[in-house]
Amino acid sequence: MHPGSEIPILNVENLTVAYQHGETWQNAVRDVSLRISSGETLGLVGESGSGKTTLLYGIMRYLPAGGRLRGGTIELAGQDLSALSDAEMRHVWGKQIGMVPQNPQTSLNPTIQVGEQIAETVRHHLSLDGPAAWRRVIELLEMVHINDPHRVSKSYPHQISGGMQQRILIAMALSTEPILLVLDEPTTNLDVTTQAEILDLIGEQIQVHKTAAIYVTHNLGVAANICDRIAVMYAGELVEEAPTSGLFEKPLHPYTQGLLDSVPRLGETKSSLRLRAIEGQIPPIDEHPPGCVFAPRCPIAIEICKQHTPLYVPDTGRRTRCHRWEELMLEEVFARQKPAPKIQQQDEFAEEDQTLKLENISVHFPVKRSLREALSRSPTKTVKAVDGVNMQMSKRETLGLVGESGSGKTTLARAVMGLVEKTGGKMELLGISLPSRLSERHLDTLRSLQMVFQDSDGALNPYLSIGESLRRPLISLVGINRAQADAEVDKLLNAVHLRSSFAQRLPGQLSGGEKQRVAIARAFASNPDLLICDEPVSSLDVSVQASILNLLNDLQLENHSSLLFISHDLAVVGYLADFIFVMYLGQIMQEAQAVDLFDSPYHPYTEALLSAIPVADPQALQDFIRLEDALPNPTDELTGCPYHTRCQRTLGNICEQETPPWQEDENGKRIYCHIPLEELRAAQKRAFAQPRSERE
Amino acid sequence: MPSVPHTQTKQENAAPSRGWRFFRVIRRLYARPASALGTSIFIIFLFLAIIGPLVTPYTTTEQIYSDAFQSPSSAHWFGTDNLGRDVFSRVIAGAREILVLAGLGTLISVVTGTIIGLLSGYRGGWFDELIMRFFDSLLALPAMLLALLLLGTLGPSTNSILIVIVVVYTPIVARVTRSVVLEVKNKAYVEAARLQGESLPHIVFGEILPPVLPTLAVESALRFSYAIFLVASLGFLGVGVQPPNPNWGLMVKETRNYVSQMPWALYFPVIAISLTVIGINLMADGLKELFGVGTQ
Repeated sequence: MHPGSEIPILNVENLTVAYQHGETWQNAVRDVSLRISSGETLGLVGESGSGKTTLLYGIMRYLPAGGRLRGGTIELAGQDLSALSDAEMRHVWGKQIGMVPQNPQTSLNPTIQVGEQIAETVRHHLSLDGPAAWRRVIELLEMVHINDPHRVSKSYPHQISGGMQQRILIAMALSTEPILLVLDEPTTNLDVTTQAEILDLIGEQIQVHKTAAIYVTHNLGVAANICDRIAVMYAGELVEEAPTSGLFEKPLHPYTQGLLDSVPRLGETKSSLRLRAIEGQIPPIDEHPPGCVFAPRCPIAIEICKQHTPLYVPDTGRRTRCHRWEELMLEEVFARQKPAPKIQQQDEFAEEDQTLKLENISVHFPVKRSLREALSRSPTKTVKAVDGVNMQMSKRETLGLVGESGSGKTTLARAVMGLVEKTGGKMELLGISLPSRLSERHLDTLRSLQMVFQDSDGALNPYLSIGESLRRPLISLVGINRAQADAEVDKLLNAVHLRSSFAQRLPGQLSGGEKQRVAIARAFASNPDLLICDEPVSSLDVSVQASILNLLNDLQLENHSSLLFISHDLAVVGYLADFIFVMYLGQIMQEAQAVDLFDSPYHPYTEALLSAIPVADPQALQDFIRLEDALPNPTDELTGCPYHTRCQRTLGNICEQETPPWQEDENGKRIYCHIPLEELRAAQKRAFAQPRSERE
Repeated sequence: MPSVPHTQTKQENAAPSRGWRFFRVIRRLYARPASALGTSIFIIFLFLAIIGPLVTPYTTTEQIYSDAFQSPSSAHWFGTDNLGRDVFSRVIAGAREILVLAGLGTLISVVTGTIIGLLSGYRGGWFDELIMRFFDSLLALPAMLLALLLLGTLGPSTNSILIVIVVVYTPIVARVTRSVVLEVKNKAYVEAARLQGESLPHIVFGEILPPVLPTLAVESALRFSYAIFLVASLGFLGVGVQPPNPNWGLMVKETRNYVSQMPWALYFPVIAISLTVIGINLMADGLKELFGVGTQ
């Protein structure tokens, strides 16, 4: 499967794609050349605004109105695509190029059975009809490992899970045996356990069909998992291309290095190193610098970088757009700054210094009954979003709460904040009982309890200036007057590393990362004792994530706050938290100190999560555990352990019927499982192990 | 680390002030031909309504019997009616009459409708349910029937017409406002304001109202044009303002029996009604596109 000598399936030379902007054309993708041979997967990696999607659609000649190819050639199996008419392209799409889109929900027609949707493609491109087409559909569904193809083919999209929908789309893309498979972030909207399955499937299908594939993703871990080669895009240019192992071992472009360094790896903690963020932001499409596009943000930029950088070829199959690649290769210069050593925090948190105490908290939402159900007096069903959670937090502690979507982690946070009412249990903040209604809470309670929201776009009122948004909590919670508040706004902006002039701007003029900084500044304005962060970085680009995580960490230390950090990303939680709770279907499955999280024994669910995470290191050793993709119906009454329906280590009856015990090991790790710890430890040699070379 | 010299210059301009934003809206309305036309028509009528008495050669009630049934001439630009009144003067005076009455009615309905819609949408629960069901029952009646019922009870007067406009349009404005509030109230910034212990008035008027304003601007313009239509229709039916008021609808009613002798006395008020309504509608469409209302 090595590239090079074979004739490439796709050969893109010097492609430039532009969008019309008023009277002018702006090049969103500049001078990109790519080759992909059959059976080979090329990863196209970049942050938002890097032009990876534009490049992809340019290659397929499927640009929106106002976009066009301005130069270069695209050859698909020797055929020049740029010379084809739209009508001719329609034969290429679907037949020769198969595509798996990002969002399965909007890509399937909700009013047509999924089997019929595949059959449509089969009939059109393969000229099969009637029973023959249908037989092909069933074959395709079996090919993507759908257990009950006859039933699933008769289902409507909303009746099947997101993972299943993505399988359908993969089947559809492969139905015509395309020579090029295009995958546009196909797992981005999926949970990590489902993502792992879909990635396995994609990898397998590419092998079986020997098709060439382009895989677009922003996640280097995913790319490491599935791609043979990786091309890194930045500001519309291809800055580096290398075989996957080479890229991760020794990136020859400072941007690639920056991307790799800005995400914490599994097992790294804040006490072991500080994350290295890439300063600055991606230049807008109309303002790319004349020299190297990355120079304004590059830590090793020198005078020559002001000149345009050609693509150098350091090695067979490798290309880099950096003047200093030789020095990088010989390690005479390091693109990564030496990490600032972390201040060691106190490890032991005293019991009496308690910030938050949750006892048996539950939040049950009643499901509305239909008229017939109400008349027949069938009992009201409830969704147990949070079911009997116990939690304690000490002052200055960072507590991580990790779980997939539907685990109830956000609902738990909202119950603590008073945004939803708990239906049972007791909450205490700083030793004082915490009312569940927001309106019953004292101003002082509000002051000491603040939140940073997931959605950076929705966090700030688009019609109020940044200054106004920051002044409000100072006036209403801290109780200072307007003039004092203005001075304080300045301090807050400086604390989150924004210039004072930001106070006059509207949120629409800020980038996602800047908005989240303002949201963090607002949350810290009242100097809270407990700050809850609900996925604060999940909507941000990776290069921005690191700086936000560092910022949170610094501000927490300065303000002596406790932090409840919620995320679906185990690596991020593992990095930032002192103590970690793993949540599944509204219940806590495991509690462990962050340093112990990656040592066995684990709860079987934690084990599955750890083995599903795509690790940005091709040499990482991971167990292979895959879960059945469907979560149980949220209204189902589950007895026993909530995880028993998907558990890979289930003991059978006991798990289904009896509530598991809390087992505690010598390090204080607690696991909610029937399987004795010794047995778990023996079975779970490792779910994940650090690669041989520890960083630094 | 080199500085980032030219990547952020575009963001340096500060948030514009309110007055400046108003003029920018007007300027952008003129960017499209249709909304430019509509806005111009509206501004011309508004201007005529303001300076009306200064330019009209006659008063609205001045009857020159010798000049009755005259076709348009240099003395009487739009001709005269059966009573010898100058149609041009009456149409211009009618502009002030109808814009003031419809405008005031719209203003009151928009203000009350917005307040009710904001509170009802934000509070939710039985309060919302009660108000919305009551409004539903009002909206179930055709607007004209409701207007006739009210006027029959209140008796025809300018105040009654104001009440009619407010009763007919407040529920509509409230519903539109509420629908936007329902969307906005679950945004993180509203929740953040609640967590900051903000008072109800601040959350409703400080946080929720601003994002509602674009929709409200479009809705107000639409309501205004419909209010003009309603006032004219009531005048035509004879249940609204009474003679000798220069109401355009009333003028149509008074002159339609003489249409064969003096069509101009009928046509000019009809043209005036159509032009204002179409103009304001075009302007509303322009606002709609400008603010992106209904496209998000």
